[in-house]
Amino acid sequence: MFKKILIANRGEIACRVIKTAHKMGIKTVAVFSEADREALHVQMADEAVFIGPAPSAQSYLVIDRIVQACKDTGAEAVHPGYGFLSENKLFQQALADNGIAFIGPDAHAIEAMGDKITSKKLAAAAGVSTVPGYMGIIKDAEEAVKIADDIGYPVMIKASAGGGGKGMRVAWNADEARDGFERATSEARSSFGDDRVFIEKFVDQPRHIEIQVLSDGENCIFLNERECSIQRRHQKVIEEAPSPFLDDATRKAMGEQAVALSKAVQYKSAGTVEFIVDGQRNFYFLEMNTRLQVEHPVTELITGLDLVEWMIRIAYGEKLTLQQKDVQLNGWAMESRIYAEDPYRNFLPSTGRLVHYQPPDESDTVRVDTGVYDGGEISMYYDPMIAKLVTYGPDRNSAIAAMRRALDEFYIRGVSHNIPFLASLLGKQRFVDGRLTTNFIAEEYPHGFNAADLPPEDPTVLACVAAVIHKQVQEREAMISGQMRGYEREVGTEYVVRFSKERYEPVSIADDLDGDGWGSIVTVGGTEHKVAGDWTFGEFLWLGTVDDRDVVVQVDRKGSSGYVLSTQGALADLKVFSPQAAAYDQLMPVKLPPDMSKYLLSPMPGLLVSIDVADGQEVKAGEKLAVIEAMKMENVLRAEQDGTVKKIHASAGGSLAVDQIIIEFA
Amino acid sequence: MYDIIQQLENKRAAARMGGGQRRIDAQHAKGKLTARERIDLLLDEGSFEEWDMFKEHRCTDFGMADQKVPGDGVITGYGTINGRLVFVFSQDFTVFGGSLSETHAQKICKIMDQAMKVGAPVIGLNDSGGARIQEGVDSLAGYADVFQRNVMASGVIPQISVIMGPCAGGAVYSPAMTDFIAMVKDSSYMFVTGPDVVKTVTHEVVTAEELGGAVTHSSKSGVSELSFENDVDALLEIRRLVDFLPANNKDKPPVRPTSDPADRDDPSLDTLIPANPNMPYDMKELILKVVDEADFYEIAPDYARNIITGFGRMDGSTVGIVANQPMVLAGCLDIDSSRKAARFVRFCDAFNIPLITFVDVPGFLPGTTQEYGGIIKHGAKLLYAYAEATVPKVTVITRKAYGGAYDVMASKHLRGDVNFAWPQAEIAVMGPKGAVEIIFRQDIGDAEKIAERTEEYRQKFANPFVAGARGFIDDVIMPHGTRRRICRSLAMLRDKKLENPWKKHGNIPL
Repeated sequence: MFKKILIANRGEIACRVIKTAHKMGIKTVAVFSEADREALHVQMADEAVFIGPAPSAQSYLVIDRIVQACKDTGAEAVHPGYGFLSENKLFQQALADNGIAFIGPDAHAIEAMGDKITSKKLAAAAGVSTVPGYMGIIKDAEEAVKIADDIGYPVMIKASAGGGGKGMRVAWNADEARDGFERATSEARSSFGDDRVFIEKFVDQPRHIEIQVLSDGENCIFLNERECSIQRRHQKVIEEAPSPFLDDATRKAMGEQAVALSKAVQYKSAGTVEFIVDGQRNFYFLEMNTRLQVEHPVTELITGLDLVEWMIRIAYGEKLTLQQKDVQLNGWAMESRIYAEDPYRNFLPSTGRLVHYQPPDESDTVRVDTGVYDGGEISMYYDPMIAKLVTYGPDRNSAIAAMRRALDEFYIRGVSHNIPFLASLLGKQRFVDGRLTTNFIAEEYPHGFNAADLPPEDPTVLACVAAVIHKQVQEREAMISGQMRGYEREVGTEYVVRFSKERYEPVSIADDLDGDGWGSIVTVGGTEHKVAGDWTFGEFLWLGTVDDRDVVVQVDRKGSSGYVLSTQGALADLKVFSPQAAAYDQLMPVKLPPDMSKYLLSPMPGLLVSIDVADGQEVKAGEKLAVIEAMKMENVLRAEQDGTVKKIHASAGGSLAVDQIIIEFA
Repeated sequence: MYDIIQQLENKRAAARMGGGQRRIDAQHAKGKLTARERIDLLLDEGSFEEWDMFKEHRCTDFGMADQKVPGDGVITGYGTINGRLVFVFSQDFTVFGGSLSETHAQKICKIMDQAMKVGAPVIGLNDSGGARIQEGVDSLAGYADVFQRNVMASGVIPQISVIMGPCAGGAVYSPAMTDFIAMVKDSSYMFVTGPDVVKTVTHEVVTAEELGGAVTHSSKSGVSELSFENDVDALLEIRRLVDFLPANNKDKPPVRPTSDPADRDDPSLDTLIPANPNMPYDMKELILKVVDEADFYEIAPDYARNIITGFGRMDGSTVGIVANQPMVLAGCLDIDSSRKAARFVRFCDAFNIPLITFVDVPGFLPGTTQEYGGIIKHGAKLLYAYAEATVPKVTVITRKAYGGAYDVMASKHLRGDVNFAWPQAEIAVMGPKGAVEIIFRQDIGDAEKIAERTEEYRQKFANPFVAGARGFIDDVIMPHGTRRRICRSLAMLRDKKLENPWKKHGNIPL
């Protein structure tokens, strides 16, 4: 076996690979950029090599530096992870030239699968069902209409070099096909410098289901499927294995086709064949990913295999000892991608210090793959993924339940994160029913994600928890030294939980004498609830039960009576008062937040690239005001209404915090 | 007997109604609670013992003889906050606009005198239109009697003022001499002369809120240490403040059991200091992660934000924390931050509250504004305060400790008891670049040489070891163990005894 391997990646996947290598007794070499000096993968590896400045084009993507790092450290092989150089044939060539093994498929497989048209032709030749369509070069719009008529509407016109939704058009009739062809061609030309387009059947109620394959070049097996239909703008959000939609026959048919395609390219490693599946379980080949996928853990959990281990073994030249009949499908696994992004601000990326990072404990049912730690950083230079949270259960419902609990236990502060959104998704009945399509998010959240989208959690639970915590706080206050003897503070049993200025909920608390002595009976609205929790001062999580139901609540205290509680993604900004204080609080005026409509605020932390207006300038709605760069993306801020610039509060080249004032209008 | 009891009940009922239902409603309409309601909220329920409920003014001029309200516009007495004794007066705006008469002042003086005798804090809830003009000089004499008592009580018992309505003219000087001023946003203001006079004299047009509202005084002038959204918020948070304070200058700070282990490590602190020494970080994160249960009561959070002051607890008992904030003006010392911290340090020293100082200071802020404003004398206040303080002093240098500011920030040389440094600490006269440009002035044209010298200087001084070698630093500690090391130091210092030479009083550079 290899003595030492280098991982040409960063973040969670580098850590993930290092774990398996260490388990196999292989030494590891990490590479790191300027921004990753303190990163977890650097700490975990046996050695680490500095490879350049923070931008990945000057570090993680520089082939020479990584080859040199291998030579300097004597690494015999490289695991590329995903992204970066994982599907770069020049990288493979450079490694091969230096006698370093690549832990992944051979160059010809990567090359064959890298091009959409070539891979489709290969798939068709291997007997893989492809989306009905025309792969050749289409001369003009009339030919496009003819082809569309042959395939049958609806059709999709797609740029051959495309990606990210550019150069894609759906046509439901001949006129739309003609128009769509022209638009797709011109978009493809301007976006990719390549105006080739193709036409294929548009798939209704599409699901994204992919087959994991594992092959040593001769023996090729499939490790069941993963369903990744929950996507936001082509970015996978929640993945699971198996798919709630497939039956054994379809699974077998898809698996066999995936194996056939892999064999056609003498595939030699772990790979993934992606299919699109329609409402009638017709499946069509999309593409093959010639690398380890982000979502591979769900497959590992249901099959009990370590894919990275097998990738390393195969790269070393070992034979795949498993046969198809050995492949297990036990239970259900689900993965949520925890991103540093603000779901309430249209998922704008968030970067910075993880002031608190406390993941749920790992167990047989919970796995956390991450590249960060408490006090670590989400860098603006790379993918803003914080962690992959994977849960397992004997069936789908238990995997979902484990995920919901694990999300509740995941305490992250310092950067915004998408946990509320994930919790909301998991709470949707349609998700629980498994009625998924790739349009799920767009259909369920037509206006983006808002606080109102959170699952209808019973507010009584939060009232109970807040009141119990507050009473605990009062009881401890009553333990202060220096009290007047005989006139010590007595703690009441009656409280009022304020949800908002409109909603004050009286609550009374008594000791639960029937229980084991530390629970409470909380009466809200005339109904008694048994509440027991083990929270103590300074802890982030209230773990306990309300009416014998397990409840996890994240607790942030604000002053003497404020509690910001969150559970199941929902956030409640509560106050708990004595009945007297509550009565007085109701007399307090409602103060409106200051009118910020006169200001252009920075929607995200980033760099102010340019200010495109000047003091006193009149602007029209939609006019470009400023450009902010964040996460390598330039974001143009435009005027929401007509107005006049009164004062510019920031200057180009400066860094901006969220909600920092950039421009003030008159 | 029955008649007398009936009479008593009637008088009590009359006193409780203050200025009558109409004025109470008006008070509520302004978003304010009444004087009695405020006491109800401030004190433990049912603990208030009222004095001088029947006291009435003796003025007969301008028809005042016919206008008497039992209590005369201020409610006084004592009660408990979490079982601990406090004295309180609460001005009643519904009675003669809360104006201060001779008898009104006498009531305040009575509880202040008693508080001094028994050693308990005084909390004043101010809501007064000013002097009782009908009484003339008697009212002014009343103010002065209160002022004198404020001064006598200063440093003996904690005094807290909560401004919950108008407080103008001479009236402002009583709160000004107390330890803490809290204001309620949008319903309180303090100024020596109001907007009308300002307009007449200087032609400046300004609203009462702009001139002397809570936001003005808590962020611009620094007159008020605390500002709150409304009366309820203010009173509940004042209860929380009192929980941190000892009852008097002979008392130890109160202790409250905690479940937060004294030896709790926090590994996330090891990455708090950014790799680049010019990058800021949030000092508050350090404070919150070091104190018990992340419970920190910040004093003057919105004023001179380049220094952080406030109370926390370590292993259950109160500490005062002073820390430079690199996020604001790079954490430098300037006039405002020196004054703010000096006052806080003196409060803690007066009341036996140990001081923890977190240092990341690049020096004093340069410039004409600072020099013309007297930074020399204002900076000296902080130096003086630290130097005279005899309470336990534990200091942690997290990063920069440059120049005179290093000396000021509770250094070993100012009788620091325990002085720690983090490994990233740089204790030097100034940053390496500036130092080299002075020492090697002749090489300034030669960039390469300068870079070399800078590196040499950095190697020599940009670390805690030189100071360690001199004994100016007792130990270099890992950031994650900061809480553990401070708790242990404080335990060691529990019975610290240090006395300054006898003097009538020192002459702090005011």
